[in-house]
Amino acid sequence: MAVKFPIFMDAQSTTPCDPRVVEAMLPYFTERFGHPASRNHPFGWEAEGAVDAARAKIARLIGARDPKEVVFTSGGTEAINLALKGVAEMYREKGHHIVTTAIEQRAGLDTCKRLERQGCEVTSVPVQPNGLVDVDDVKKAITDKTILISVMFANNEIGTIQDIAAIGKLAKEKGIIFHTDATQAVGKIPVNAETMGIDLLSCTAHLIYGPKGVGALYVRRKGPRVRLAPMIDGGGHERGMRSGTLPVPLIVGFGRAAEICEEVMPAESARLGKLRDHLQDSILGSVDEAYLNGDPERRLPHNLNISFAYVEGESVLMGLNKETALSSGSACTSATLEPSYVIAALGASSELAHSSIRFSLHRFNTEEEVEFVAGRTIQVVKRLREMSPLYELAKEGVDLKSIRWKAE
Amino acid sequence: MAYSEKVVDHYNNPRNVGSFPKDTPGVGTGLVGAPECGDVMKLQIKVDLQTGVIEDAKFKTFGCGSAIASSSLATEWLKGKTVDEAAKIKNTDIVNELKLPPVKIHCSVLAEDAIKAALADCKEKWLKAGAAAASTT
Repeated sequence: MAVKFPIFMDAQSTTPCDPRVVEAMLPYFTERFGHPASRNHPFGWEAEGAVDAARAKIARLIGARDPKEVVFTSGGTEAINLALKGVAEMYREKGHHIVTTAIEQRAGLDTCKRLERQGCEVTSVPVQPNGLVDVDDVKKAITDKTILISVMFANNEIGTIQDIAAIGKLAKEKGIIFHTDATQAVGKIPVNAETMGIDLLSCTAHLIYGPKGVGALYVRRKGPRVRLAPMIDGGGHERGMRSGTLPVPLIVGFGRAAEICEEVMPAESARLGKLRDHLQDSILGSVDEAYLNGDPERRLPHNLNISFAYVEGESVLMGLNKETALSSGSACTSATLEPSYVIAALGASSELAHSSIRFSLHRFNTEEEVEFVAGRTIQVVKRLREMSPLYELAKEGVDLKSIRWKAE
Repeated sequence: MAYSEKVVDHYNNPRNVGSFPKDTPGVGTGLVGAPECGDVMKLQIKVDLQTGVIEDAKFKTFGCGSAIASSSLATEWLKGKTVDEAAKIKNTDIVNELKLPPVKIHCSVLAEDAIKAALADCKEKWLKAGAAAASTT
């Protein structure tokens, strides 16, 4: 099969909508346009029915006991904000301490920073060189003022999967609310709020082949019943936790996307894992001093993150971007001009953070695409090394750390 | 962010990639930037010590596309200039030629630093060689 360009291999930034999802959504833009809170006519009933059906599908995918535990938001960022700010405000009397990690996504980190400015105390637990949080470190960080533990399920850059069940168990023992940012995990690997002891869980549709603009926060109703202060006041939709007219077409799409993910997950994760392993073996087998970031085992099946020593990430992307969409932890590709804090948190040198490339596969990637991307990546990295002064110095046997660099 | 055509051209067809042996008379080497900052440039010039004209220039760069383009352009401009003319190349000239956006201005600054460092190295070696020659005669 001929490869169609450009190839999209940046599926941890977003995914294309599955055509089945779009098909499910379409009628809800036109003939089925009702407001789900209109309780007195068929337009409203129809919309409410569609929302409830979608809620049930999402609840099943994340192992919620009751569909009512699913609160719709505008996406993952809002879900995370609502979880952290909602708990901080609601449980202010009980305490003001939050335990989180150094590798959360920006929505988690920045929300915690804001809460800190507002008087909360935040302990950020470090990660080990493989990206895993030591549950003992979480335990040690807990104080009698801790009201919330927030640890991401799987990392967006390196794909490392945390021991969520162990942290959930710890949280239960201590009577502390446990939130997990599962935006990268839901729909890709088994997630179960009930068995894993999760109290709050954030997820988003656009990473599971659904539409952009809708996400959800799972809020446990029983054992314990978690309460949240809302961030948006209004008509009291979503059990009062998130007012605003529900975007019915998006929610219908989200539900359909969840349903498909649940159905195909075992086969899809096996297929993508095999493709990923092939990509990894091809690249690591042909390029010296290329380092795998994250844990080789406890990792999302569609994720691959490699640092290519002596070449800068953006320049690698530039060599590929006509044909392939990837992403990098390089400062030059970020809005903040800082290299990846995730790679840096692994204890790697900043140089390797600048050199990291993330490949993330999706449902529609093919073997031929993987073959092509592997070949081009190897070619581009080799070409850039030929023009890298660092590679030249290293080949001459110079220890780069022995040089006194004149930084700007 | 889209790249300017000139940046893409220099990235795809970098001019004068390579190295001169550092100890050759007339060769000046500038190594600037730092790996942890994500940019390192090595720029070398080969000066005709009789005329003060830069006969050849070479570079190697670890950095983004704009850093590669800035140093590639610098080598192109250096060739045929006298050392005095070379010292007048400003980072803003590079910014204008490559149409670098504000976030990439530091790449041009680094290229100017690399030129200055190579010129200084060349001069220093020339002075040392002169001093050595004077002491032996």
